[in-house]
Amino acid sequence: MTQLERRLFADRIWRLIATALAAMAIVLLAWILWTVVWRGASALSMSVFTMPTLPPGRGGGLANTIVGSLIQVVIGLAIATPVGLLAGTWLAEIGKGRLADAVRFVNDVLLSAPSILIGLFVYELLVKPFGGFSGLAGSIALAVLILPVVVRATEDMLRLVPGSLREAAFALGASRREVVVQVLWRAARAGIVTGILLAIARAAGETAPLLFTSLGNLGWSFDMTKPMASLPVAIYQYAASPFDEWVALAWAGALVITVGVLTLNILSRVVLAPRGKASK
Amino acid sequence: MNMELTDMSDQLRQRRALAGDLGESGTKIAIEGLDFFYGDNKALHGIDMKVPERRVTAMIGPSGCGKSTLLRVLNRMYDLYPGQRAVGKVLLDGEDILSADVPAAALRRRVGMVFQKPTPFPMSIRDNIAYGIKLGEKVSKSELDDRIEWSLTKAALWNEVKDRLHSSANGLSGGQQQRLCIARTVAVKPDVVLLDEPTSALDPISTARIEELIDELKSEFTIVIVTHNMQQAARCSDMTGFFLLGKLIEFGPTSDIFTSPKDERTQDYITGRFG
Repeated sequence: MTQLERRLFADRIWRLIATALAAMAIVLLAWILWTVVWRGASALSMSVFTMPTLPPGRGGGLANTIVGSLIQVVIGLAIATPVGLLAGTWLAEIGKGRLADAVRFVNDVLLSAPSILIGLFVYELLVKPFGGFSGLAGSIALAVLILPVVVRATEDMLRLVPGSLREAAFALGASRREVVVQVLWRAARAGIVTGILLAIARAAGETAPLLFTSLGNLGWSFDMTKPMASLPVAIYQYAASPFDEWVALAWAGALVITVGVLTLNILSRVVLAPRGKASK
Repeated sequence: MNMELTDMSDQLRQRRALAGDLGESGTKIAIEGLDFFYGDNKALHGIDMKVPERRVTAMIGPSGCGKSTLLRVLNRMYDLYPGQRAVGKVLLDGEDILSADVPAAALRRRVGMVFQKPTPFPMSIRDNIAYGIKLGEKVSKSELDDRIEWSLTKAALWNEVKDRLHSSANGLSGGQQQRLCIARTVAVKPDVVLLDEPTSALDPISTARIEELIDELKSEFTIVIVTHNMQQAARCSDMTGFFLLGKLIEFGPTSDIFTSPKDERTQDYITGRFG
């Protein structure tokens, strides 16, 4: 074998290995999706969306857990987005030196912190001192989960805005606030929104931060100071239960959450795709 | 294309004739003993230069000679970057704009700037122009519409975009985007327009259009242009300054600089012996 033949052979081997491993990853993913769809679809019915959870033997659905998840995610988002947006802007536009490095480092740590730790942290901070699990505690745990993603997305996306665009806005006599709010945020909007959507997708599927905070609730609850049901926690509890109908409901819930998260992911791609389309 | 080239040589001839009138024009910007520092690095050394009103002043020289640095002093763009500072005097209509009493934002409304690469904001064509106007003035909608049409006409872009003012500025060609940036700058009604290599990212036809535009704009604005293209300086400007290593080597009427430079280094540069 000549040197060239050897190199081409090695090339072919590597390509084969890479393709095989990629195929393996896709097969695994497809398998998971298929199982969720197959098991979930057979358990899915209108009552899943209309009925609250009921004791075993009486049917019931997941309506209260879906609504509970929505409430907690929306409130968590409402807390995390403004803070994250401003913190990310500070990192990209204003913060310099050691303080900015420290903030960035802490944010990266938070970004990769195990979500169960965030649950425990909020438990110590809010649940224990105020004597009870609550939907608000769950929302705040989700906010802590979302926050670093928003900070990171905002900083990264603002850094991608060409310096010439900032200078052009300053050259028209804009103040720093005007440049940031009216030009830079607008230029980075698609990327920041994508980051937020992905953060929602992640938060909506998390069980661990809610286990010690909003706990779960078998019935309807709209009181933020009381325990509140959520879809992931219900799946966690039902899937391990000895009752077949609960296990089936857990699969239905898994399908609902998968479709929701998938939709958000696809949505985020759509938002990012049409770069520089008309903005009215 | 041929037509335009003929046009341009006509313009050049007119300009030669005009150069004689330079004496009539007052000084718009007087730069006196200006030094500039990037940190500890001295980038400009004792620049003295008088920019005449309603004329085109070109700054030429090899990369790193300080011409863009000087341009960015004139609207205090360097203020954005800590560690950069200017020492000396830059008098705009007799007022020292380097003084801390002059707010940079107010100065930049009097001294506009167009950049090397087109920098349309991620907004509609109309909003791109309206943005700058609304930053500094309260105007009624009809006034705003008038100003937008006026500035786009000034930038020779109105006819091309009047039917799609509400579509995104990013959909325009590079040359159109650059004219939009000129319109945006002009719409604020500054006294001075700074052009930092405004055609270096454009094709020859777009370049020719911008050059024509510069010629028309000088009836209302004082223009300072930095260019790497010596033909452009020769075609467009009334006065030319040649910079080398942070020093202003020679400054005078463009026709003199290009036909009978006094300094040997200017001669070498414009004949392409270095740079």
